[in-house]
Amino acid sequence: MKKGTTELYVGIFIILGILCSGYLIITLGELNLFKNDRYSVYAYFTSVSSLNNGADVEMAGVGIGKVTSIFLDTEQLLAKVELSVMKNIELSEDVIASVKTTGIIGDKYIELSPGGSEIILKPGDIIFNTESSVDLESLIRKYIFNLNEEK
Amino acid sequence: MVREFLESIGYLSIHFIESVGRTIIFLVYGIINIFLPPFQFNKILEHIWFIGAKSMLVIILTGLFTGMVLGLQGYYTLTKFGSEGALGSVVALSLIRELGPVLAAFMITARAGSAIAAEIGVMRISEQVDALETMDINPIKYLFSPRIVAALISFPLLTALFDVIGIFGGYLSGALMTNANKGIYAQKVVHSVLMEDVTAGFVKSFVFAMIVTTICCFQGYYTHLNTKGEHGARGVSLSTTNAVVTSCVLILVFDYIITYILM
Amino acid sequence: MADPFIQFVDVKKSFDANHVMQGINLYIYKGEITAVIGKSGCGKSVLLKHIIGLMNQDSGEILISGKDLSSLNKKEKKAFKNKLSYMFQSNALFDSLNIFDNIALPLVEKSSLSKEKIKEKVKLRMAQLEIKGTEENFPSELSGGMQKRVALARALVTDPDIVLFDEPTTGLDPVRKKSVHLMIKEYQKKFGFTAVVVSHEIPEVFDIAQRIAMLESGKIVFEGDKDAILNSDNVIVKSFIMGKEII
Repeated sequence: MKKGTTELYVGIFIILGILCSGYLIITLGELNLFKNDRYSVYAYFTSVSSLNNGADVEMAGVGIGKVTSIFLDTEQLLAKVELSVMKNIELSEDVIASVKTTGIIGDKYIELSPGGSEIILKPGDIIFNTESSVDLESLIRKYIFNLNEEK
Repeated sequence: MVREFLESIGYLSIHFIESVGRTIIFLVYGIINIFLPPFQFNKILEHIWFIGAKSMLVIILTGLFTGMVLGLQGYYTLTKFGSEGALGSVVALSLIRELGPVLAAFMITARAGSAIAAEIGVMRISEQVDALETMDINPIKYLFSPRIVAALISFPLLTALFDVIGIFGGYLSGALMTNANKGIYAQKVVHSVLMEDVTAGFVKSFVFAMIVTTICCFQGYYTHLNTKGEHGARGVSLSTTNAVVTSCVLILVFDYIITYILM
Repeated sequence: MADPFIQFVDVKKSFDANHVMQGINLYIYKGEITAVIGKSGCGKSVLLKHIIGLMNQDSGEILISGKDLSSLNKKEKKAFKNKLSYMFQSNALFDSLNIFDNIALPLVEKSSLSKEKIKEKVKLRMAQLEIKGTEENFPSELSGGMQKRVALARALVTDPDIVLFDEPTTGLDPVRKKSVHLMIKEYQKKFGFTAVVVSHEIPEVFDIAQRIAMLESGKIVFEGDKDAILNSDNVIVKSFIMGKEII
């Protein structure tokens, strides 16, 4: 074991390792090291069943942010969802947030449909117009029930 | 008969508790000595070379094939449900949360841990450890402390390497070599992995680093005290086996405990 | 005679049922070579390991310049240990370090000397012990006699006051044996350290030692100089020196 080669290999190893860790932490873990280029708004839903942390927030099918936390508002007994949205996207006050699904049994995400109001949401504000996730099971049940009634 | 049975149970439990206690004291002593001067930069560097740099190849190989198997199996299973789009999440999450830290720790135990136990074991039986003591060099500081630091640096880096190579392997076998949508794999990987998954993986690799170095150094260091009355070369072989087996079992036990706590 | 430097007072030690030392009284004087002889396995190495603190006695006292070794505080113990060197029966060279690093190790780890100073000191010792040119070799590449000299160089590199030799000549041919004995004698004269030599090389060891102590079944049965031991009428001593059982 020569002195120089030891240091060389340790150097290569450390740099490779740090690159991989960096990829995991910054790209996959989405750590914002340098600047916070997002702001949070909140939305209440009657049901966010099977929506997860990290789910996409989209507008017109384009990803503009992420769901960062989901918890139950104990006063209103509604699901309170924190959406972190890119700073350069301005949301008007009457934007509609709805829980949607990709495909029939795919992942849940939040779709924001733009409104027409002049008033722009500030960080920490609440979106009032929401549509909760569609419960496929109850929809089907309703459909079958209606069919039977019509007969 | 009953008495003998009870006695043997008592003997085993006393022995077990004793060795747990000794291991913990050994670990604490080793950790304290990291912070006492003189600091041992050169030795830490050398052990990073041994534990980390020399394990890179084996980590890259195992990582690649683990990822490729995951990709293949995942694709095969997921197509049955028509959701092969989820392959990226499956591969990335299982690698980062579970397989990366655990398999990397296994491979490092097999490659470096066994060597550490054998090396210190031979030093013990050929009186080199005693020689250190007669020179007033603290053998635990000399043999154990720099290895803790080196392992704490090497394990997370090797685990990260394993994860990234594994994810790439999954892409090779699950997306590139099949007719799945290639873009969706990468997108799913990025979207499904959260910061908490990455941290959980790193926490595990830190804990495994402590377990592997402590057990392997401990077994080597106390080669002369092992219970089955083996001496010399046999004693070293027994300690090495003990070190590898105990490390692997403890890695899985602590993997469960950490997963349970972090859930 | 002056006060003894190291003194064993009724020291006892046993491993389970094996009573290795059953009340040892021994005097070791400054600047002298004391030889401890006795049959194999009678506890000579154990005795040495008590001086350096690798083992602790069950009862009795070991006095260093009149002070009990076990009553010393940490600092005093360290100071005492720094003055000691121990040469192992099996050499105990670090087989993963090369010869230079082996000899330099006690200095690198324990002294605040600069790299240059350490190098100078190691080179000097290596020259004195005639093992120059082996710096880059590993212990396993050297012959037994060379390894002994490396071990001696390592023991002497710290300029110790006391050197303990645990059977320095086992496994050597008669010529090497003689040269190791001469080496000890010569360097003892040169550096003036106190030496304790455990050996069963009889009668060669008599020529280098000023005082001889004989250990038999856990007790010191004889203490004295060369002439005294050769003329001793103690049956055990006689039989040991003659190398045969006397009935």
